[in-house]
Formats: sequence, structure tokens, C-alpha cells
Amino acid sequence: MSRAALLVLADGRFPAGGHAHSGGAEEAVKAGRVTGAASLEDFCRGRLNTSGLVAASLAAAAALGVDPAALDAAADARTPSPALRVAARRLGRQLMRAARATWPHPELDALARRFPKGAHQPVVLGLAARAAGLGPQDAAYCSAYEGISGPASATVRLLSLDPFDATGVLARLAPDVDRVALRAAEAAGRAVTEGVDALPAASAPLLELGAEAHAGWPVRLFAS
Amino acid sequence: MHLDHSHDHGPAAVSADARRPDGSRRALRIGLGGPVGTGKTATVAALCRALRDELSLAVVTNDIYTREDAEFLLREAVLPPERITAVETGACPHTAIRDDISANLEAVEDLEDEVGPLDLILVESGGDNLTATFSKGLVDAQIFVIDVAGGDDIPRKGGPGVTTADLLVVNKTDLAPYVGSDLATMAADAKAQRAELPVVFQSLRSEEGVGPVAAWVREQYAAWTASA
Repeated sequence: MSRAALLVLADGRFPAGGHAHSGGAEEAVKAGRVTGAASLEDFCRGRLNTSGLVAASLAAAAALGVDPAALDAAADARTPSPALRVAARRLGRQLMRAARATWPHPELDALARRFPKGAHQPVVLGLAARAAGLGPQDAAYCSAYEGISGPASATVRLLSLDPFDATGVLARLAPDVDRVALRAAEAAGRAVTEGVDALPAASAPLLELGAEAHAGWPVRLFAS
Repeated sequence: MHLDHSHDHGPAAVSADARRPDGSRRALRIGLGGPVGTGKTATVAALCRALRDELSLAVVTNDIYTREDAEFLLREAVLPPERITAVETGACPHTAIRDDISANLEAVEDLEDEVGPLDLILVESGGDNLTATFSKGLVDAQIFVIDVAGGDDIPRKGGPGVTTADLLVVNKTDLAPYVGSDLATMAADAKAQRAELPVVFQSLRSEEGVGPVAAWVREQYAAWTASA
């Protein structure tokens, strides 16, 4: 495997549609819960340890070769908000296109055939990592990090937040990302023998509720 | 291009391919970009009216933060609603049409699946700056729309849109006397920037209207059907 493949996959400029999504930050900004660097950090920490942990575990399990259809069903079960399911599948479809063009692999082709309108993004991400020759912990790192870098860059646009402050938030959360990636990879290892019920099911109700509200806005900058 | 794209690998991976997964020829895709307020949506609407009886058409809009452009086209009833799709761009239309085209590719593919077969898809960018151009992975040809009211020095300033677009449209020529824009200067500057690439001076309020741009689109379509 090439270690640098991880940098390609984790690059924020990897063309997989993420730029149009705020990871719930737009709704949190409008609701007054994110107003600056400190509250952005709280928001990202909460997201990382709940939906971020779940997404990273799904990605790690897919990278290990756990049945992607079972993982997709597990993702559905862990995503109560219909709007978030739609967003996750849309992003999964976009990532699938980029991944198949970048790291052609029969398992990606099979998943694209099974879910022509998109599987959940973390499942596609894990399989993309697998196609790139990366391991479960790499997939978990990618997923956990993009789960906070998305909201951080969206907040720079939404609040005209100082970009150095936003990047500082990401740096301060790096040890949390380490812990979440490790936990996710361990859970993925258990899922190989015990099935997908061994994966974490942490949730952030406010993110789910906020996503439903956001989907109904007539005017917004981000798709989710 | 992978013209022999295999059918048994599921949906196409990369959509510059001239053939759809079922082997049929996909629609010609023409992008329309340019600064805010220059008349991109009005030109799209006029093109739809001019071409809809001879070509099977659809439109993708890339609004910055609303569905305003898509709703204008729906209100004007230039096409049935199922032939108009709005893509959300996360405040960055130039990203969605150039750097990360996945959402737009999905929109064009879904239109072909749901209302196809299509001959032509117009992909309209949200208003952006003079550097915003479309990726070759998304469109086959692009039109850059500026207007006389934005200042007659825009062609001289150049930028990728003005210098490289397959067609430059200088719109709202009827306003030139009122805003002090010199059309001859604009034409000379555009010629200097673009050499042999075509330029159309357009007023949608004139009798000629969108005619010259529609004629250019017909030429592109004829070349596309001859080659693919």
C-alpha cells in the first residue's frame, strides 16, 4: 500500500461533494449555538464523539471487508433523521464516483451496482480506503477528521470566522480524533466476528432535529 | 474517453464519457457562466423557448444560496418542471462547476434517466467572478455571459471566462447608450483577448433576441451528433 494514498483520500479537495455540506453547522449558527471559535470547538467535539464515532466505525468496518449492505442497513438504523439519510446517501454516491475513478476496484463496482442512488457515505469511504490499499484505522481517521473539518470550514464562510481560529480548533481536537479513530477501529474488529450490532450507536439528537429543520429552509448556503 | 465503457460495472464512473451505461449517446452539455446579473438565466430561458420544439432539452441551475434561478425558469414555464434541476453549491458555484463536479454530474445523469432521451442539457452557473469556468469533465462547451452595464473594460480585463469560453456573449447592448459603454471598444478588446473565438453582442429585447446564440448552440449540437 501507499501511505500517501491516505493523504489523497483525506484531502479536503478530494472531489466528492463535501464542499456543499456544513455537517449541521449552518443550523447551529442560525440557532445561535455556534457563535465563534469556542462554541465551534464544542460543536465539533460533540459531533466527533457521537455521529462521528458511528461514521468512523462504519468506515473502519467497511475497510475490513464487513458486508457493505449490512453496514448500510446499520447506518440507516443509526440515523433517525430522514434528511440526514438523504444527505449521507447523496454524499455516498458522489464519493463513489470519485473513488471509482481514482482507485478502480471490483468491490466498489459491486456496491455502486447494489446502490445506484448511493450507499451511506461512511460505508463508501471505508470501501474506498480498502480499494486504495488502506487499513481500518486509516478509514476511521479519514471519517472522523472530515466530520469536523467540514463544519469548521463551513463556519468560516457562515460567520466570517478567522480561518486561523478555525484551524486551531481542528488542531486542538486532534487528540480526540486519535481516540475516536482507535475506538472505531476496535469496534470494527469486533464487527467482523460479532456482526454489525457490535458497532457503536451513539447519537446527537440535536443534530438530527437540526437537520430536519434545516432541510425545510427556503434559503440556505449549504445542502445540509 | 472510454467509448467502449463496459455495461456490467454498474453506473458510469466518470461522465465525460460520450456514451451512457446503456450504450446510447448522452446529451450534449453546454455551460453558461458569468458575473451576477448579466442575464444568464434570461438567456437560458430564451434558449429554451427557441430550441424546445426542435431538441429534447433540460436545464441544471447552480444557485448560490436559493432556488431563485430554477424558480424563475419554472415560473416562466420555459420547460416542464421535471426538466429543471437545481444543484446546491455550498456558497461556491465555481467549486460545483469546476473543482468538484460530482453533484452536477449526478443532476445531468438523473435528468437523462428520468426524462430522457435528451439532446441538450444547459448547465447554468450561479453568478460568480471572471475566473469561473466549467470543468471539461462536466460540459462539452461553455458560454460566458457579460453585459455592457458591468463596464466596457471587462473584455480588456480578460480572465479565463472572457478569454477561453467557447462563446462570449456581451449582453444588454440596448443599455449601452445609457451606461456610457462603447460597444466598438468592447468588440476590439474581446477580439484581442480571444483571437478567433466567437463573440455575440446580444439584446434579448431586440427582434433578433437570442437568435445568434441559439444558432451557435445548433452548430455545437450538429458537431456533437456528427462526432459521437
